[in-house]
Amino acid sequence: MGQSIQNKAGLTDQDFLNIYQKMWDIRLFDEKVETLFLAGKIHGTTHLSIGQEATAAGSGYLLRPTDWITSTHRGHGHSIAKNTEMNQMMAELFGRENGTNNGKGGSMHIADLDKGNLGSNGIVGAGYPIAVGAALSSQMQGKDQVTICYAGDGSTNEGSFHEALNLASIWQLPVVFFIENNQYGMSSSIKEMVNIPHLSERGAAYGIEGVTIDGNDIVAVVDATYQAIEKAKKGRGPTLIEAKTYRFKGHSKSDQRIYRTREEELHWETNHDPLQLTEKLLIQAGILTKEASQQIEANRKEAVEQAVIFAEAGTLPAASALYENVYVD
Amino acid sequence: MAQKTMIQAITEALATELKNDENVVVFGEDVGNNGGVFRATEGLQAEFGEDRVFDTPLAESGIGGLAIGLALEGYRPVPEIQFFGFVFEVMDSIVGQAARTRYRMSSTRNLPITIRAPFGGGVHTPELHSDNLEGLMAQSPGIKVVIPSNPYDAKGLLISAIRDNDPVIFLEHMKLYRSFREEVPEEAYTIPLGKAAVAKEGTDVSIITYGAMVRESLKAAENLEKEGISVEVIDLRTVAPLDIETIIASVEKTGRVVVVQEAQRQAGVGAAVMAEISERAVLSLEAPIMRVAAPDTVFPFGQAENIWLPNATDIEAKVKEAYNF
Ligand SMILES: Cc1ncc(C[n+]2csc(CCOP(=O)(O)OP(=O)(O)O)c2C)c(N)n1
Ligand SMILES: [Mg+2]
Repeated sequence: MGQSIQNKAGLTDQDFLNIYQKMWDIRLFDEKVETLFLAGKIHGTTHLSIGQEATAAGSGYLLRPTDWITSTHRGHGHSIAKNTEMNQMMAELFGRENGTNNGKGGSMHIADLDKGNLGSNGIVGAGYPIAVGAALSSQMQGKDQVTICYAGDGSTNEGSFHEALNLASIWQLPVVFFIENNQYGMSSSIKEMVNIPHLSERGAAYGIEGVTIDGNDIVAVVDATYQAIEKAKKGRGPTLIEAKTYRFKGHSKSDQRIYRTREEELHWETNHDPLQLTEKLLIQAGILTKEASQQIEANRKEAVEQAVIFAEAGTLPAASALYENVYVD
Repeated sequence: MAQKTMIQAITEALATELKNDENVVVFGEDVGNNGGVFRATEGLQAEFGEDRVFDTPLAESGIGGLAIGLALEGYRPVPEIQFFGFVFEVMDSIVGQAARTRYRMSSTRNLPITIRAPFGGGVHTPELHSDNLEGLMAQSPGIKVVIPSNPYDAKGLLISAIRDNDPVIFLEHMKLYRSFREEVPEEAYTIPLGKAAVAKEGTDVSIITYGAMVRESLKAAENLEKEGISVEVIDLRTVAPLDIETIIASVEKTGRVVVVQEAQRQAGVGAAVMAEISERAVLSLEAPIMRVAAPDTVFPFGQAENIWLPNATDIEAKVKEAYNF
């Protein structure tokens, strides 16, 4: 297959189709999660990545299975992009034994070490130093390995962000700090929570190159991530990527979204939907037709339905499982 | 008098004290315009303005430090930690600083800080959000740890906490927020800190408990009453420092005691209560001191908490064991 879309990573048309498919996985998985949650089939809480598919799919695609990620409370997209099976993810959300964490972690603790997923996290900012530790291990062992640390805009105000960036910089570690700036924390606008126009500027304080990109532009995501990964692999240290995006849904369950206007939401949904934008790009490049696109959507919808069937067929962990794995024995 | 939920009682207490004392300030993540995750601060920013009720960035250690600085300069800060499971981020401010400031400064300054936070199991929130971490806090002399078990107490205890000149950790059990209503007076009233309540009088067995386990214990007591066992239920209300006098008086009366907590067994408040009883009242005991608590494992996810959490049935069985010993 050809290379119709110019990009720095040298991705082929097929690569872009693969990424596009992943984006649908993320969208449809989380749409399903929302429905199941409202129907009371999933407990706890869930944070949806709808509207933020390009950041996860575009960056995750460039990683090898041996590369690592750390993720957040809004982590379904990152896990899907790092090739964790949707079946096991869904089962985890259902609290079933066949889930990624044997039904003991739920949405915010999905981890998949075999796939290089060190774990999502219920604590905002907790992933930063963990990612740095992983990157330090790569450096100490001389491994050709990169870690992407995903995090949200709000989390850059936690102390852990600042400690981690400094550590990564002084030791020039192979880590990429990938901030999905969806412009809000839970209810707080990032504009009111920091006094700088771009979060990427914070890199400078630690001697780290920072870039701000359009996170809903798949090529921009691929290019910036590729450059950061290459730099890390060559031993030239970390990069701070700020990808501007938008979460289409509320923060979590029962969010009335009084902190933003319906006009603003509509603006993003209409003009910056990463799925629409990517579809348009691929169609214009001549590597996708509207029909093929619909086919992909239908296929992935089926895959998500299968994930629900897989999850529902799983058993709840035995009561005895609650008492295991607290210590070595 | 109106019937109110615990969350309404808490909002009312905050409003009362914001009105009553201009030095009271409320802040935390999403507490302003949004009114907090559980709506505890709903409407307060609109009523009292952004100088009195404000949002902070996601920065828990910042929130804790802010409270100390404000308090040293005469304010009465009432910060919220969004879920108590996020307390680790602010542990130094609480335990390393606030708890010791009075001592270090020989009481030349007051530290009237009330840190509010939701916690507790039974509502299917995941792991860290549900954890019962009061035991961690109870180990630090210099801070008071208060846990109301009902709407009426919540209002009176919160007002006392805000007016108190020492740092108070005020823990609000999520399951109690909206699960029942009670008469709560409009006006301000206080319930003393450091004072347990006799939630139900009895003569055969004492249950010493607090928080959400008070309701479970009362349920158990009611059932046991039908079987002719008279149970006294002590609601600690303040878990640090403990109201030893009330505990010992009850134990001396009944001679049999079951300590009930939602937290894991190891260390913790229940263990402290048991130790105090064995040191001070062992000669009054007619049975070993017994305990109902969660197992020493990680707070489980989802439905599994139904198996894990202690409940009225567990308490009933344990009381019978003590009674029949
Ligand atoms: C230490 C900590 N503080 C607060 C929270 C509650 N909380 C969860 S997500 C969130 C907002 C996070 O904002 P951001 O980092 O921008 O990520 P987003 O939700 O937008 O993806 C908050 C306040 C938490 N989980 N952990
Ligand atoms: Mg955000």
